[in-house]
Amino acid sequence: MLQENLTVVSQRQLTADVFELTLQGKMATTDPVAGQFVDVKIPDSSHLLRRPFGIAQVDAAKSQLRLLYRTVGQGTAALSQVTAGTRLDTIGPLGHGFPTDFLQAGQHALIIGGGTGIPPLYALSRQLVAQGVEVTHAIGFGRQQQIFYEQEFRELGAVHYATDDGSYGFHGHIGLLLDAQFADAEFDAVYACGPRGLLMAVNNRYREHPHAYVSLESRMACGVGECYACVVPAQADPTKMYKVCDDGPVFATGEVAI
Amino acid sequence: MNRLAVTLPGLKLKNPIMPASGCFGFGQHYAEFYDLNRLGAIIVKAATLKPRIGNPTPRVAETTSGMLNAIGLQNPGVTAIMTEKLPWLAEHYPDLPVIANVAGSTESDYVEVCRQISTAVNVHAIELNISCPNVAHGGLEFGTDPQSAYALTKACKAVSQVPVYVKLSPNVTDIRVIARAVEAAGADGFTLINTLVGMQIDLKTRQPLLGNRTGGLSGPAIKPVAVRLINQVHQISQLPIIGMGGVMTAEDTLELMMAGASAVAVGTANFDNPQACPDIINALPSVMDHYHIADLPSLINEMAVTAV
Repeated sequence: MLQENLTVVSQRQLTADVFELTLQGKMATTDPVAGQFVDVKIPDSSHLLRRPFGIAQVDAAKSQLRLLYRTVGQGTAALSQVTAGTRLDTIGPLGHGFPTDFLQAGQHALIIGGGTGIPPLYALSRQLVAQGVEVTHAIGFGRQQQIFYEQEFRELGAVHYATDDGSYGFHGHIGLLLDAQFADAEFDAVYACGPRGLLMAVNNRYREHPHAYVSLESRMACGVGECYACVVPAQADPTKMYKVCDDGPVFATGEVAI
Repeated sequence: MNRLAVTLPGLKLKNPIMPASGCFGFGQHYAEFYDLNRLGAIIVKAATLKPRIGNPTPRVAETTSGMLNAIGLQNPGVTAIMTEKLPWLAEHYPDLPVIANVAGSTESDYVEVCRQISTAVNVHAIELNISCPNVAHGGLEFGTDPQSAYALTKACKAVSQVPVYVKLSPNVTDIRVIARAVEAAGADGFTLINTLVGMQIDLKTRQPLLGNRTGGLSGPAIKPVAVRLINQVHQISQLPIIGMGGVMTAEDTLELMMAGASAVAVGTANFDNPQACPDIINALPSVMDHYHIADLPSLINEMAVTAV
């Protein structure tokens, strides 16, 4: 892992509260695995804790990586104001990403995402397509106006949307979409990232699947495995604690109690 | 001559900077960022007699220029620490002095952990944690009552093979009462301050944000409190103090030493910047030049005489 001042190449607003931040630096040439994250220092000394973001895209040839994030508090609001040329103190790539080595070209993967859980899934989908794997996406949002990266996902494979209010695609949450349209489908791998409800649904539905993985989100302090803030208990043994930052953020279904 | 070298009971340090307990684990992951031999010493994460799984999440929350934590002393227990964690440090950093933080629920827990961990080859001192605000039993209840603090310190001193520093809490009416009790019990030094108890409410849920409801406040927001309490203890005791509380820079380090500390621990700053400790060590000589400080022992001696 590296600590590096990455240079902001560009920042653009995608929805009312989602931003795309493109950064340049050596870190992008280390070939992060999809599902790994970076921990970014907010350029304001009153914010002590770095913010963890899943890496959405890497372009090693240009030494660039891309983050997609939602403004949820003062730290991310401050980040949304940074402009090209700003240097951002960043550590990464951190954690263990999605396992994909077992997949062969021509096999089929299902990617399930919700809201701001989709950034690392975009990196994953690109990686799988590059491996020759066929990818189907099931993506949930609250409503149509919140959707971002639709075209980007459609370029990689089929995309099925679900919205809570029915304003776009299937009417209902992602668990209902899976019940309605994917009940009998077989996939060689299943990957998910999103809100807790989505992860619980995927964790239950694909518990017995040999290659189903969920990526967790957690409040972190150190981001590197030493402070024990971001723990999650093992499903089989609640006295065994995993660290999301270091043992995760990706876990096999059935491994942790979500 | 090394201008940064300081000496305290059990500790001959090449510089006064050490990571604070709980903010650095046992160092393995921070070793990916820099050579831990740069450090003066390392205060490792608390050891308890039996493994502890800690508190419910969320365990941390950011505050303005600070943070709250309620980890709850999650650790694998003294046996695993002595067979896995401390040997890793001894193998890779044989010359790095380790200060072992010891916690417990009962006096006998503390005594047994002290007895065992003080025999580890690289443990040069014990930090007796009588001030953790995030556990239901033990911790703070020993640190807020002078009789309990006295009895616990005396019992641990009796079994420890290495000097015992007692970690004092700021969550008391008069820290000097506890400091005097601990000194009378034979402590070799103090470490202070532990975190200040605080709470943050989530406006959406109208509930405390932390799973433990309350947590310990740390970071630069508490530095003035640390400076004042270190100075208060320094004025009533000759025992050495390892100071801590919101240190981010070499300037902060010198400020705590001017208040009465002989060495300084760096906690929350490690989260802000994984290389906080080596950055502070690197900056110390030029900042000392700026303030006309020839070397740290002469600064410590000057402060001992003047007791500002």
